[in-house]
Formats: sequence, structure tokens, C-alpha cells
Amino acid sequence: MTSEKRLTKVQELVYELKVSDAMTRKVITLTPQTLMSELREVLRSNRISGTPIIEGERIVGIISIEDFIKWLADGAKDCAIKDKMVTDVKTLYADEPVVAAVGMLEKFGFGRLPVIDRTSHKLVGVITKGDIIAKLLEEVEIDYHEEEIHRYRASHIFEDILADKTTLIFQYYVLGKDFNRAGEASAGIKKTLTRLGIHPDIVRRAAIASYEAELNLVVFTEGGEMSVKVRPDKINIIVKDSGPGIADIKKALEPGYSTAPEWVREMGFGAGMGLNNIQKCSDSMELTSTVGEGTNLKFSIYMNPAPSKHLAVK
Amino acid sequence: MILKEIIEKLGLEVRGKFSELDSQVNNGYASDLLSDVLANAEEGSLWVTLQIHKNIVAVAGIKSLSGIILINGREPEKETVEKAESENIPILVSKLTAFELIGRLYSLGVTGKKNDVKGV
Repeated sequence: MTSEKRLTKVQELVYELKVSDAMTRKVITLTPQTLMSELREVLRSNRISGTPIIEGERIVGIISIEDFIKWLADGAKDCAIKDKMVTDVKTLYADEPVVAAVGMLEKFGFGRLPVIDRTSHKLVGVITKGDIIAKLLEEVEIDYHEEEIHRYRASHIFEDILADKTTLIFQYYVLGKDFNRAGEASAGIKKTLTRLGIHPDIVRRAAIASYEAELNLVVFTEGGEMSVKVRPDKINIIVKDSGPGIADIKKALEPGYSTAPEWVREMGFGAGMGLNNIQKCSDSMELTSTVGEGTNLKFSIYMNPAPSKHLAVK
Repeated sequence: MILKEIIEKLGLEVRGKFSELDSQVNNGYASDLLSDVLANAEEGSLWVTLQIHKNIVAVAGIKSLSGIILINGREPEKETVEKAESENIPILVSKLTAFELIGRLYSLGVTGKKNDVKGV
């Protein structure tokens, strides 16, 4: 990332982020009747430099360490906060963009601004420059992390391999009836595809379809094998077992149809949605089966295009 | 809302040790059928269920869910907690029934709506 790009990113973020995204929600407040002599301890123990003054749930004033110092300089005669607080309080609405907060903090030179709800006018938080910086750093870091992942795209790996045709193959062995290890193969597939830098949407679809296929092996068979073949244009996943086979494939594909035993259903499996989920997640699916011999399931997920909410915003 | 706040406000009990309980939770999904969760839960959702076996963690991992709340005071199996710790998917226990718990989650702003298209 160039510094130029980082700058635009931050500029973009201050417009995108809402005050409510960056503000501190746990706000220490005082009432107008609190004594000035009690203020120091509140500021000190909470490590804050100012606090809103609240009556009911409405904000009626604000007092800062500067007001406290002024009070000390004037002789520190004890009185209620309401006599020393600033009553002309500038506030922000929670749904305003962060850039509004930046502008106000800059314009008035305040350390903090109370945030209120637009409709109820109740105090919902406080925002400081520190809050804004912390939130921006967090967002930039997320962005950087995503960029890092995308840098290791599968296509790069394929570009590094000089061949007329390239396919990466990895295999998993799934044990039948072993619910303790169920899901391990698909978790491995998800991690591996992510490491290959494949788009998160495609990884998610492959992981869900794999999990359903793996569970079918666990619930219905004595075990089987899953092969994942990654090519530049698509991922093929092939799931094979050696029995018992599906008697009526058409029926098996009907949503809600299940031959799972009761105890499996009690665990929340066997809802008759597995094959449908695989169909929904993949771009093509083939299922062949012979009773007594076994079942062969093959599904593919295409690499491009991958329209996603995430991508659409970028 | 931050997960930690939800835990405090609803008096949920955390089962296992989790370093981070500060993920942002916007929506939730309730179901006891694993395939249904796989098909329909939003990424980052909080999952409300009565299932307590280890496989719920695998499902939550695949869907990148933000946590699992077990209802009716149901306790997770030991293996469930171990796997949840290693996958860093918080397991929370509520004494409430699903109906009550979900109602309270909703009033805290955790809804069944789809994630807003937002941010980065």
C-alpha cells in the first residue's frame, strides 16, 4: 500500500464510519448536584479528562479538567457542579459520520463530544480523538489483512507453475459413524482453500458443501474418501464411499427426505437438507449410486466470477 | 453490540476459556438442525440452539459464527468445550428458554436481519 492510498483510505473511512462505530459506549456521567470536590476522584479513577452531566437521561452540561483547574485557581470553594459546568453543550448524533466529529473537535478544540440518539436525544456515548484514531487503525488493519490474503491468490500459485494444465489435489479419509471426528475433513478443506488465497465466498461455499458431504459419509457409510482438485478455473470435489448406496436418488434429492435413524436426527443431523445444501452451494453436481456398491458424488465450484457483498463495496 | 455486553446483560455463563469476547454481533440465528444453520445462518451470527455435542463447533467454524448460546441451562459436552476453545468459538449457557432468550436478544438489537452492506 502506498502512503497516498492509505491517506485516501482513511479519508474514505471517516465518511463511511458512523460516530456510533467509534464512540465509547460506557460513559461515566455525573449529576448537576455532584460536588466539585468529588470531581477529581471521578476523573482520576476513570482516567478521563471530562464528563457529561446528566439529568434524567438528558445531557444538561459538561465538565472538564480545565473547568476543575479554573475552580482550583479561583479558590476551590466547594459547590455543585452545575455552577461550574459548561451548559452550552455541543453534541453529535450517533448516526452522523465520523468526519462530523473530526470537524467539531477541530473547530471547538474540545477533547470530547457527547453523542446522543437522534430521536430520543438520550446520551448514548462519548467520542474523543483517541476513539477515532483507535477505530481508524482497527479498520485499516482489517483492510491490510484482507489485502495480505488476496496477495496470495491461487492464481499466483498457478502462474508460478509452468505447465499446460495444472491441478492441485488433496485428499481426506473420513471414518464412518465417528461423530467425534466429523467435520475435520471439511475444516481442513476450508483452511487449505483459504491459504491458497481463494476468494472467501468460494471458500465458504466449498466448506459448506464439503461438510454436508462429509456428514453423509459419517452418518450413512462405513467411511469414504474426499478428493479436492483445485484448478485455475474451478474446484472439483469428489466424494466416494463403498456402500450401502442410495436406493432412490430422486427421492434423496427432495428437500426434507431423510433415511437417517432417530438418534442421528436427535443430534440435529439428518434433516434431509444435506444434498440440497450441496446443490445450492455448488455450480454443478453429479450423484451416482448403486445399492450394495457405493455412492459417487462430484460437485464443482467455479472460481469466477464471485459476486459478493464484500466485493461489491470495494 | 459487543459479545461481552450481551453476556453481561443477559447473564450468560461462558463455558471454557476464550481470549476474545469482543466481537461485534449484529444478528442471530436459532435452529437445532445443523444443515439449516449451514444453509441459512449469516456469517458472524450468534447461534441459539439446544444441541450440545461437539459437531456444533464444526458448524459454527464453517459458518464463521460469533458464538453459540445453549438454552434451558443445557451444559456442553466436555469435548465440545475443548473444540470450542481450540477454534475460538465462545460457548455460552443461558438458563432461559429459547423463546425468552431470543426475545431479550432482539430487544438488545440482535436481530434476524441480514447483515448490512457496510464498511471497508
